[in-house]
This record gives sequence, C-alpha cells and structure tokens, in this order.
Amino acid sequence: MNCEQYRVLIHALIDGELDAGHAADVEAHVATCAGCAGELEALRAMRAAMADANLKEQAPAHLRARIEAGLTPPPRRTASWLTSRVASWRDFLGGLTLGTALSAAVAATLVVAVIHNDMTQRITDEVVSAHVRSLQAGHLTDVLTSDQHTVKPWFNGKLDLAPPVVDLTAQGFTLIGGRLDYIDGEEAASIVYRRRNHVINLFVTRHSGAEHGGATTETVHGFNVRRWTQNGLDFWAVSDINAGELDEFGQKFTTALAPPPHS
Amino acid sequence: MASDDDIGERDRARRFRDAALPHLDDVFTLARYLMRNAADAEDAVQECYLRALRHFDSYRGPAMKPWLLAILRNVCNAEFARRAAQPVASASGADDPAPDEAEAAPWQEPQRSPEAELLRRQDGATIRRLLAELPQPFREIVVLRDINNLSYREIAEAAGVPVGTVMSRLARGRSMLRAAWNVAEGSTS
Repeated sequence: MNCEQYRVLIHALIDGELDAGHAADVEAHVATCAGCAGELEALRAMRAAMADANLKEQAPAHLRARIEAGLTPPPRRTASWLTSRVASWRDFLGGLTLGTALSAAVAATLVVAVIHNDMTQRITDEVVSAHVRSLQAGHLTDVLTSDQHTVKPWFNGKLDLAPPVVDLTAQGFTLIGGRLDYIDGEEAASIVYRRRNHVINLFVTRHSGAEHGGATTETVHGFNVRRWTQNGLDFWAVSDINAGELDEFGQKFTTALAPPPHS
Repeated sequence: MASDDDIGERDRARRFRDAALPHLDDVFTLARYLMRNAADAEDAVQECYLRALRHFDSYRGPAMKPWLLAILRNVCNAEFARRAAQPVASASGADDPAPDEAEAAPWQEPQRSPEAELLRRQDGATIRRLLAELPQPFREIVVLRDINNLSYREIAEAAGVPVGTVMSRLARGRSMLRAAWNVAEGSTS
C-alpha cells in the first residue's frame, strides 16, 4: 500500500474500526513514515479538540414537548373534532337565536358544556390507559404492602396532595399497594386494590373544575370507570370487575373516608 | 374492535417513545448541522419522529439511532430537493447549491465584530462554524462519526453509501476541517 491509502486507513485506526491485523500493519507503516505519523498526530489532536468542544446539541424543551405530544394522540376526540364540533354548535345556535343577549349566554353555556365533556372524556381515556399500562408493564405498585399506614406516608414528598388510603379488606377489597402515575400531565396517586383476581386502580388527583356532580360510572374499552369527587379530590376507580361491584367499591371507600356522622 | 385498536395504538406509541426519544439530542444535533438553522432543524426533527412512528412496525433493528438518523437525513434531503425545485425569488444565486446558505447558522458569528474575535478563540465556536461550512456529503459523515458516534457500518446504513465511501469521505472531510482549523487558529495567534 502507498501513503495515500494509509492516510485513509489512519482514520479507521483512530476510530477503532480496524481488525488487529490491519491495525498492526498501519501502525508499522506509521512507525517508519514521518509524513503519516504527523498526520496521525494531527488527527488525534483534532479529535481531542472536538471531544472537548462538546459539539452535541441539546434538543430544546419545547421541541421535546411537541414530539411527546405527537406521540400520544387522543384516540377518538381530536382537537379538530372539538373545534369543528364547537363551531357547528356556534353556527347552529347563532342562526337560531341571532341577536339576543340571553341566547348568547345560553350558547356560551352549551359551548362550555361541550368543551367540558370533551375534557372529561379525555381524562377518562387517560385513566383507562394508565390502568392498562400498570397491568402490562408489570409496574403495578411502587410500594407493595397491604398496610394502609405504610402506603399513605409513602406518597409524602412525592405528590402535592395526600391521597387517602383506606383498608377495605373486610369489605372484600384487598389493598395491595400504591404507585405514582400521570394523568392529564399531572402527577397522580394510584392506590391499588384487588378483588378476587381483578385489579382496581384508584387514581387520585386534586379536584379540577367547579361542578360537583355525584358519582358517575361508564365503560371505556371494556373497563368500568367510576368517578367521584370527595374532600377536594377527584377519584377514578378503574377495573374490569363489573359495574355493580365497582360501584360497591366506590361506596365503601366513600363511606370509610367520610367523617363519622354527628348524632 | 375499535377500542382494542385504540389500546394497541397507544401501546405501540409508548414502545416507540421509549425506544426513540432517548436519541432526540442526537437527531437534533444532526438536524442542526444539516439544516444549519434552528427552526428548520426543529421542523425536520418533528417530521422525522412522525415518519419514524408511522414506519415503526417495519423497524427490525438492530440499532434505533442509525435508523432514526437515516430517516432524518431523508427528511432533510427531501426539504433541500423541495427548495431547489421552487422558483428562486431573489435575482442573485439562482443556482445556489445550498439555498439555506443565505441564512447564517446561529453559531456562525458575524465575521468582523470584536465579539466574534473573542469567540474565535473558543475552539467549540470555531469548530461548529467550520463544520457548518463543510460541503454536505462530507459534513454529514463527519457529524455522524465524530458527534453522533456511529460506527462505519451504521453510518453506511444511515447515509445509504458503502463503507468504503464512508471511509474516503470521512478522511476527506476531516482533512478539510483540519486545514480550515489551522487557518482559523493561525489567524488568531
């Protein structure tokens, strides 16, 4: 080989891409050729300077957020769906009741209701997704214990809320642990119960929204979701047990959590 | 059933996120050096991840990083081709081979300000500028090797050229970079 060929192989040498035989060959040549030796030295110096210069860029946080958002599309209710739905309501109501202040207020209420329903639906979807994830990933609990006095303090310092942990073993719902999760971009507590072979994830987040409705139960992707608000917290119980049993769970939990009646 | 599809889709998106997101800085770095403009780089990266997610089912490995960088490279080349096909508005440089040349890269300091002279002494700023000035075929190989840390074989995959071409372009690109660096160093000392 001539120097021109060795000058290419020198790069492979410093990149660690040569097998032992070729590496020995190139090194033997460099040992006897001042020109190639100088080239190798200069390349090493430049590589060191490049390593010191820390040339790797960091992706900006907003780009990371944009991409993450693109990876978790709301499956059925998209923004465009919502926008067009609200717009059509507006058109409809506008055409119907053009020009009166009263109907404008009614229209606004309806639009808010549509938006609110959509948000609730989205969070319900997320809660179900978090439930499925907890079962699939083999990451059901961060703290595994049936002792409510262990689970409750475990959340201390991990969340800006103190999720109530209630032992319902006597009522047929065994406490098996707790876990940190994310719902709607916020950290949430999940308290995990078991009913026979079925897992119940009870998600707890700070209460959002003003309206204070009673408990509602719906079925999403074959899972039952019971939602209620108590003590300034939103609760979402998710499980594949039947709606009646989930309702029973919710009621027992609510009763156990409520302060003893003054009588 | 639609609901099963929804869950499957989410699971797939989650697997993709776990596999692909750790390489975001690498993808962004290559995008910065190829597009030479932060906003264009961000658009390219976003498009890259969208395409990668779409084709995630056909991904068979072995390594995620070269696969993502190959997609990014295609996105950037498609953008260059699109720009080249567009009628050029300005009178000058109708045949400019690098249409983004006009927008100076953010790390390219203005040549004659005192601040630029100070920054010149910083190797990082100098190397970035010199790298950005390398012709694209050499620039991408050098970035893939020396910044993204890909092996020759991975670079060959990502850039769609034989390993021999990777080696010769790398040698040529580094030589050009070193020559330019010597000039830059010499002018400040």
